[in-house]
Amino acid sequence: MNEAIIHVITVLGVLFVVLNIAAGLIWVERRLLALWQDRYGPNRVGPFGLLQVAADTVKLFFKEDWIPPFADKAVFVLAPAIVMLTALMSFTMIPVAPGIQISDLNIGLLFVLGMSSLGVYSVVLGGWASDNKYALLGGLRAAAQMLSYEVFMGLSLMGVVLLAGSFRLSAIVDAQRHMWFVVPQFLGFVLFMIAGVAETRRLPFDIPEAESELVAGFHSEYSGMKFGMFFVGEYVGVVLISVLITVLFFGGWLGPGLVPIAWFLIKVFAFIGLFILLRASLPRPRFDQLMSWGWKLMLPLALCNLVVTGAIVMATRR
Amino acid sequence: MIETATILTDLQEKFGVESVAPETTRDGIPTFWTPRGKVRDVLSHLKTSISDPYRMLYDLTAIDERVRKHRDGQPPSDYTLVYHLLSLGRNEYIRIKVPLQADSLNVDTITGLWPNANWLEREVWDMFGVEFDGHPHLTRILMPKSWVGHPLRKDHPARATEMGPFRLPEEKKEAEQEALRFDPEEWGMERAGEDSDFIFLNVGPQHPGTHGVLRIVVQLDGEEIVDCVPEIGFHHRGAEKMGERQSWHTFIPYTDRIDYLAGVMNNLAYLTAYEKLSGITVPPRAQVIRVMLAELFRIISHLVWYGTFAQDLGQLSPVFFTFNDRERAFGIIEAICGARMHPNWFRIGGVAQDLPKGWDGMIKDFIKYFPPRLVEYDKEIMRNRIFKARTQGVGAYESADQAIEWGVTGPNLRACGLEWDFRKKQPYSSYEQFEFDIPIAQHGDCYDRAVVRVEEMRQSLRIIEQCVKNMPEGAYKSLEELSAPPLKDPYTMHDIETLITHFLGVSWGPVTPPGEALGAIEATKGNNGYYLVSDGNTVSYRTRIRTPSFVNMQTLPILCRGLMVADLLAILGSIDFVLADIDR
Repeated sequence: MNEAIIHVITVLGVLFVVLNIAAGLIWVERRLLALWQDRYGPNRVGPFGLLQVAADTVKLFFKEDWIPPFADKAVFVLAPAIVMLTALMSFTMIPVAPGIQISDLNIGLLFVLGMSSLGVYSVVLGGWASDNKYALLGGLRAAAQMLSYEVFMGLSLMGVVLLAGSFRLSAIVDAQRHMWFVVPQFLGFVLFMIAGVAETRRLPFDIPEAESELVAGFHSEYSGMKFGMFFVGEYVGVVLISVLITVLFFGGWLGPGLVPIAWFLIKVFAFIGLFILLRASLPRPRFDQLMSWGWKLMLPLALCNLVVTGAIVMATRR
Repeated sequence: MIETATILTDLQEKFGVESVAPETTRDGIPTFWTPRGKVRDVLSHLKTSISDPYRMLYDLTAIDERVRKHRDGQPPSDYTLVYHLLSLGRNEYIRIKVPLQADSLNVDTITGLWPNANWLEREVWDMFGVEFDGHPHLTRILMPKSWVGHPLRKDHPARATEMGPFRLPEEKKEAEQEALRFDPEEWGMERAGEDSDFIFLNVGPQHPGTHGVLRIVVQLDGEEIVDCVPEIGFHHRGAEKMGERQSWHTFIPYTDRIDYLAGVMNNLAYLTAYEKLSGITVPPRAQVIRVMLAELFRIISHLVWYGTFAQDLGQLSPVFFTFNDRERAFGIIEAICGARMHPNWFRIGGVAQDLPKGWDGMIKDFIKYFPPRLVEYDKEIMRNRIFKARTQGVGAYESADQAIEWGVTGPNLRACGLEWDFRKKQPYSSYEQFEFDIPIAQHGDCYDRAVVRVEEMRQSLRIIEQCVKNMPEGAYKSLEELSAPPLKDPYTMHDIETLITHFLGVSWGPVTPPGEALGAIEATKGNNGYYLVSDGNTVSYRTRIRTPSFVNMQTLPILCRGLMVADLLAILGSIDFVLADIDR
């Protein structure tokens, strides 16, 4: 009985924290971008503009939730739900600190990868269901991007799995007690980081959205809270990728002095900051360039990384 | 004059004495009248058969002559077509005029000779109703399809109050919207290719990447652009018609708003033409003040282009940095002119006021502040690998020749490797006294256009620096009779006669002797020219504004065929246009 209550509390706690961080990120991102772009950003609502997010959320809730008459209604409604659902499901596997983890499956990493791959369907379906040319082009681009980046995203993590000898995320963290995996798996880290940016459709890989080209890309027709789901879903995705990088390459909660959860959060926020910095500084490649980069450079590198890591693991175990 | 004589003899030998009649104009440009049956052959001869041919169709427009009084030495006509050609080899314009009668308003098209004649002829048809036989698609270009009449005809009303109230009942609204529907067949486009249907994508009129109300209909095969049709006219405000209503002097603020990023640069183009027409000499100090402010505006305009170009390619930050720098430059403009984007600062014969105390300090600060910023932008934008991948080899003119065929001037032409800058080639407003280089690049693609503009900002800064060091003393405005508005000293306020003269000089402005003149400058986006016709009145009889953005936009289809949607935006960003400058 006691265990069950603790479990429910963990689930709700993780959900609460993740959603709040994701929503709060909107403020963090706008303020950080503003800082780097010599301007103020939102600073009117509440202290430091902190309540801006609340104001925006209230606004989104009261917006007319319009479904275009020409859209495929069922899919149109389903698409934004998928993005939130898959991103949140992934968090069930995340070991935040010893004991704070909703579920510690022995195939945790595979589950997370699977969920994040499913997430792309929301974009493709949303673009398709809108029956709008810009949304369609956005959806097409998302599909192309998914094809090029899912492949090496998984492969880039196999080195970590080989070193840890497990797909279980808590085991992977434990295996980094002596050395963070970013050291032996630096290449894997870089590849995963790039794939992660593509996965979350953030600049420089916001190609399905590409404001200056496709207006709003796949979500051109979305408004109100459905748009809000895509919007927050993107930030949940950012948090997820940052969390994964922390867990897989930077020793998760491990660190001297502070309590484990503090270390975990510090690392995660550092990577979130990196995501925002990327957005502030880089232009957007064309989607065929992105694809050829993915297939011709990233995939072979990921394979090399896997082969070399495998060989070394084999050699040292004998 | 010798040139005029040789061309005249050459043309008369070829086409007969009665077919080519010379006219003397105030700007000294060789001008010939030729009957409409011969015009295509004459133009073709000038383009292909003579040495140092006139390879660029600089402008094509018309004049409604029906109410013009002073036409000494001109053959009678109801309408006159005016072709301006430019020879880069001779560094000279030529003007060919064709008299047309109201009952037979048609002439052979020259779209086969110059591709850019297409839009120009459409505009003449739209504005004057002159038909061009054999034109591939003679439809309205600036006015909506449903428009009745031809606005630049003298009998067409110029004011809203002359036209009755505007109403938009439901049926009319439906009809107007239906008229905007794109019909591929009308443009000779296929709806389907060999194995796929094409998408026709409306980019604009409201779109974040078009920098204004521009509509481009793109024919897409997947994401590949098969062809595109730029549709302009959404920003048309009838600046040329207003030129026929405003006095010579009060038209100056309207020019500010043609290329609204380039402020006083527009004043300069208009006044260059007007001062040729009226024969005013501008005092040296006023000339240098004009140069200094114009170059400051070149930097301001290029900064807007720089930031927005990067933004078109997905880079979020540069636009904020360049706009901040632009703000600093505006600080100087504000201190000197009192206004920012549209200072309306130049006057006929000079500038509005002398420079304020301490002007040089502000500019010196800017000269110190700006170069390190440019270095930073180089690192951030020009040397960025993704930026290069997006722009190098994308949207290139095949050669400088192709650009000239299309009438392209300015940075876009210089990016093709041709060192052609009107500030050097045909100096105006004392540019011959300044030391600066003409930056060029070789490939004519999006990246090279950017390279040229970035370097131009450095050169503009050099010019400004020389202005500060060598600002001449003396009057800031000419005291000649036609300069407007007239200064109070030393002529007025002595007795009732001088007071009335001054009053008329301020309210009517100058009564300009009959004649015509073309004045052109190197504006921020290319050659901006004003062709002014005076009928001895206080207002212009015809004001023709030749803008670089119009020319640049017409080349969009040849630049983007076969590329991707993303490239279209890169090209749009790189050719640098302002919608008000296209539509006027």
